[in-house]
Amino acid sequence: MSDVEALRNELTAAIDAAGGLDDLEQIRVSALGKKGRITDLMKGLGAMDADTRKQVGQALNALKSEIAQALETKKSSFADAELNARLAGEAVDVTLPVRPEAEGRINPISQTIDEVVAIFGEMGLGVAEGPDIEDDWHNFTALNIPPDHPARQEHDTFYLPAHGDEEHMVLRTHTSPVQIRTMMAGKPPFRMIVPGRTYRCDYDATHSPMFHQIEALVVDENTHMGHLKGCLIDFCRAFFDVDDLPVRFRPSYFPFTEPSAEVDIGCIRKDGELRIGHGDDWLEILGCGMVNPKVLENCNVDSAKYQGFAFGIGIERLAMLKYGIPDLRTFYESDLRWLRHYGFSSLSVPSMVGGL
Amino acid sequence: MKFTFGWLKEHLDTTASLDEVALRLTMIGLEIDKVHDRAKDLAGFVVARVIVAKKHPDADKLTVCQVDTGKETVEVVCGAPNARQGMVGVFAASGSYIPGTGITLKPTEIRGVVSNGMLLSEKEVNLSDDHDGIIELDDDAPLGTPAADAMGLSDPVIEIEITPNRGDCLGVYGVARDLAAAGVGTLRPLNREPVKGTFESPVTVTLDFGKDTESACPYFVGRLVRGVKNSESPKWLKEKLTAIGLRPISALVDITNLMTMDYGRPLHVFDAAKVKGGLSVRLSKKGEKILALDGKEYELDDAMTVISDDNGAQALGGVIGGDASGCTQDTVDVFLESAYFDPVRTAMTGRKLNVISDARFRFERGVDPAFLIDGMEIATRLVMDLCGGEASELVVSGAEPKWQRDVTLRPERIETLGGVTMTKKDIVKILSSLGFDCKNGGKSLSVAVPSWRLDIVGEACLVEEVVRIHGYDNIPTVSLKRDTSLPSPALNSSQRRRVTARRLLAVRGMVEAVTYSFLSVKEASLFGGGAEALKLMNPISADLDVMRPSLLPNLMAAAGRNAARGTANARLFEIGPYFWGAAPDEQGMAAAGIRVGASGGRHWAEQPRPVDAFDAKADALAVLAELGIPVEKLDIAADAPAWYHPGYSGVMRLGPKMVLGHFGVIHPGVLQAMNVKGPIAGFEIFFNALPEPKEKKSKARPHLDLPQFQAVERDFAFVVDSGVTAAQLLAAAKSADKKLIAGVSLFDAFEGGDLGDGKKSLAINVVLQPLDKTLTDAEIDAVSDKVVANVSKATGGVLRG
Repeated sequence: MSDVEALRNELTAAIDAAGGLDDLEQIRVSALGKKGRITDLMKGLGAMDADTRKQVGQALNALKSEIAQALETKKSSFADAELNARLAGEAVDVTLPVRPEAEGRINPISQTIDEVVAIFGEMGLGVAEGPDIEDDWHNFTALNIPPDHPARQEHDTFYLPAHGDEEHMVLRTHTSPVQIRTMMAGKPPFRMIVPGRTYRCDYDATHSPMFHQIEALVVDENTHMGHLKGCLIDFCRAFFDVDDLPVRFRPSYFPFTEPSAEVDIGCIRKDGELRIGHGDDWLEILGCGMVNPKVLENCNVDSAKYQGFAFGIGIERLAMLKYGIPDLRTFYESDLRWLRHYGFSSLSVPSMVGGL
Repeated sequence: MKFTFGWLKEHLDTTASLDEVALRLTMIGLEIDKVHDRAKDLAGFVVARVIVAKKHPDADKLTVCQVDTGKETVEVVCGAPNARQGMVGVFAASGSYIPGTGITLKPTEIRGVVSNGMLLSEKEVNLSDDHDGIIELDDDAPLGTPAADAMGLSDPVIEIEITPNRGDCLGVYGVARDLAAAGVGTLRPLNREPVKGTFESPVTVTLDFGKDTESACPYFVGRLVRGVKNSESPKWLKEKLTAIGLRPISALVDITNLMTMDYGRPLHVFDAAKVKGGLSVRLSKKGEKILALDGKEYELDDAMTVISDDNGAQALGGVIGGDASGCTQDTVDVFLESAYFDPVRTAMTGRKLNVISDARFRFERGVDPAFLIDGMEIATRLVMDLCGGEASELVVSGAEPKWQRDVTLRPERIETLGGVTMTKKDIVKILSSLGFDCKNGGKSLSVAVPSWRLDIVGEACLVEEVVRIHGYDNIPTVSLKRDTSLPSPALNSSQRRRVTARRLLAVRGMVEAVTYSFLSVKEASLFGGGAEALKLMNPISADLDVMRPSLLPNLMAAAGRNAARGTANARLFEIGPYFWGAAPDEQGMAAAGIRVGASGGRHWAEQPRPVDAFDAKADALAVLAELGIPVEKLDIAADAPAWYHPGYSGVMRLGPKMVLGHFGVIHPGVLQAMNVKGPIAGFEIFFNALPEPKEKKSKARPHLDLPQFQAVERDFAFVVDSGVTAAQLLAAAKSADKKLIAGVSLFDAFEGGDLGDGKKSLAINVVLQPLDKTLTDAEIDAVSDKVVANVSKATGGVLRG
């Protein structure tokens, strides 16, 4: 038994003293190899009597696994040291810039439309659309703007050549013709919003030949001016994220609504800057009213039974006010510096629950 | 519409302040545009007289004035050429702030003489740019009183916006009437007393219209006043007109302007001596000419209303008077015209001739058809008061057009439409104060509309009148309740696809642009557009004169502008309409994007490379995949339209006909024509061509069957003719065993070298996925042989040794 003990001490010492993987391999072969010393001792077990064999056998087995374990431990400590030595020579300047990944942006017009749709969607209004090139009837006449109406002159209409039975076509001057198309195609009740491109033949600091509007139409048997007020006050406060935003309605005139109103929101003008909220000033933001019974009749909707409201808002104007964009014309210049500055991350998808 | 506060109060008896009146005007629909307090910059300055003026001892151009300010006499050094003894001017004492120069006055010594104040020019009080001399006031202006009073400027000017329906408020009287109804004071009665005519007018009037054109001018009231003296108007009249921006001309002309502004009743005055024969009101003759009072000659067509004498047209009815018979300082006998002209014809005449006048503005919105005679009487009195003379009897032709009508109002409509509960009594009170006459007709009211409210045509109009005066502020607010407890999607599937595509492209690093729907014909024609039917007849500029056939050209132009500003590698996309015809179904929605220049900027770890067709293809396929299009089933062919590079572009089809989009490098010729630097890789996807997303009964995904056995991969390299496409080869390989082959991918492609001309090598990796047992070598070899055989059969390809 003392042989075993002596061998253990000798081998353990040799493992401790090993200088590298080669030394370890040599020790392994000399101890555990086919002709190794532990192997040799184990071969001698057959000649022993049963009791001794059992005793020595157990001791040798224990020694065998102990040495194997010690070899493994030493081996991995060599591997660690080797790895550490290698890594010590490997380093980068971690302040170097990462590989370029282009950052996309959502245009503020799209973002604003998405916001407006998120708010009115919550009120049960669905999105409807119609063509940009319209005929006179849909753009004007059906909306109670007869050919000689003074309001028609104020629209600065773009004209296109004759088409079919039409003397000329027009680029829609507002999104209101979609009201007509929707009502002609369906049956009340109607609850819709229409975001879209609109066109006026005008270009200066505050006018662009193309801009965006969002139209709304709610028609049923009961909707009255109180609802119109509620709907728009709720909208303005949600959109501008000012809970107590002052909103005022004052009488106005649109051929397609009766009664008609213009809506102002509270603002503060100071040192050439404009802020939305409680203040001593007002800012006009949209026109609205109760759908003129003539418009309903023009769309074959029984005006004795149905009524409702409509309004139109300029998208760019909303975006300019909310996001402090100073110049309307810059929206269409596609200047990447502008788009990066005023644009939105693709992941900021507006919703009422997720935030606008 | 402009007037002064004092002018308003001539018609409205009120104690309300200017601020109160202004707010009320806005809140009854007569929106305040501006309130201009002209006296603001005159505050503190007083009337003063130069009692002694002497030349400055040491300066040629300066005068030393002893100025009587009403309180004291002070010495002032003045440089104005008109400073002289006896004149009355506007004095600013030492210590006062001069608004026009921003300077606060201090006593100063000017070349040895102390100056204790200043005599002001108009520029110094922001009245005009006039700085040539100091203001001169009337000799009798009381010294020491506010200069604003002496100058007639203490009355603030109110400017309001009148909506097109409110022709009745295009006169101060009408505005006062609306305010009175709104409870801001009481309306003062008009003096409608007839002026007694003492003789028959020598000028006669006939209405010469055909049966179907008599509406052009159905009613004409005239009167001659003889022996007038037409000189300068009195101060009060000149001040009124000046305050609202009109230039006083002569008493007779000023009276017509006053009638227009005060009552919305345009009048015209003819010099009777210059009228030959009687006046005839008729339609113009084609080619007829008239020299108008604005000094311009107009050529008329055959549909304009003229007032003519034997010499021809003397005035364009409702639009502008003629020069030949106009009144001058020498006019002795004046013939006044108060007529009713058809709004539509007046508007058309004005528009065709491009004449904008205060008269046209009112006639086209509709003047009060029952105010012709009243207007004439008021004007006659003014003429006789200011110019003397003797009035003739009235000359009346035609008859008052019928304006009387009743509109039914169910009082409950104030609540059910207007949203505010009001008693019938209050409703009637408001309507009556606006001049409506309400009669009970059973449950509803029968409301007679006054002559001046041509805009009131139905019950909704009356609801507006009542609610407007009652105040929109008083309508209780009711939030809109949706029909369902939870909101349903606001977007339909195709709208949602556009939102998805937009977000996806931004995720891929592209920046969303919104460009005009129009562009130049030259650019449109590069992209298959420019059709006559889509050309704007009145474009804003020649660069924007046709509807766009594609979204690409405007994006490319934007890239060009960005390159000029220093951003060369633009990545832009847009989602919007494109047009191929003028009908509603001849426009579609597209997503288009471009990548310009290089794949990125210079970087220490990665070399940028020029953008290529596969950048654009990746964008296009990513969008289509995200929209649920089975991109693996797309047929991609090299027949893209002419604006793409013929060799570096493709068309994506689903089925033989349905073109979902294009991608590729933009044709260098197109770049050159648009003067944009390339390369540009672009794509277009047409939403209208995409198959509708399938409505699935269940949102549940199919069962996921994960294979239990190890997949096996094999690589093959084939030599094929150059014309063979990767798609053909991949399809052939895949079809070798549709069950076992889970995927085929192409990992190498090259041409030339020792392959010889017209040949290329394509290497593919085939993944075999056994489903029920491990494959034996023999089975793997069998599939491999089949792959080689299939490829060889379909493409003529040979396995490379």
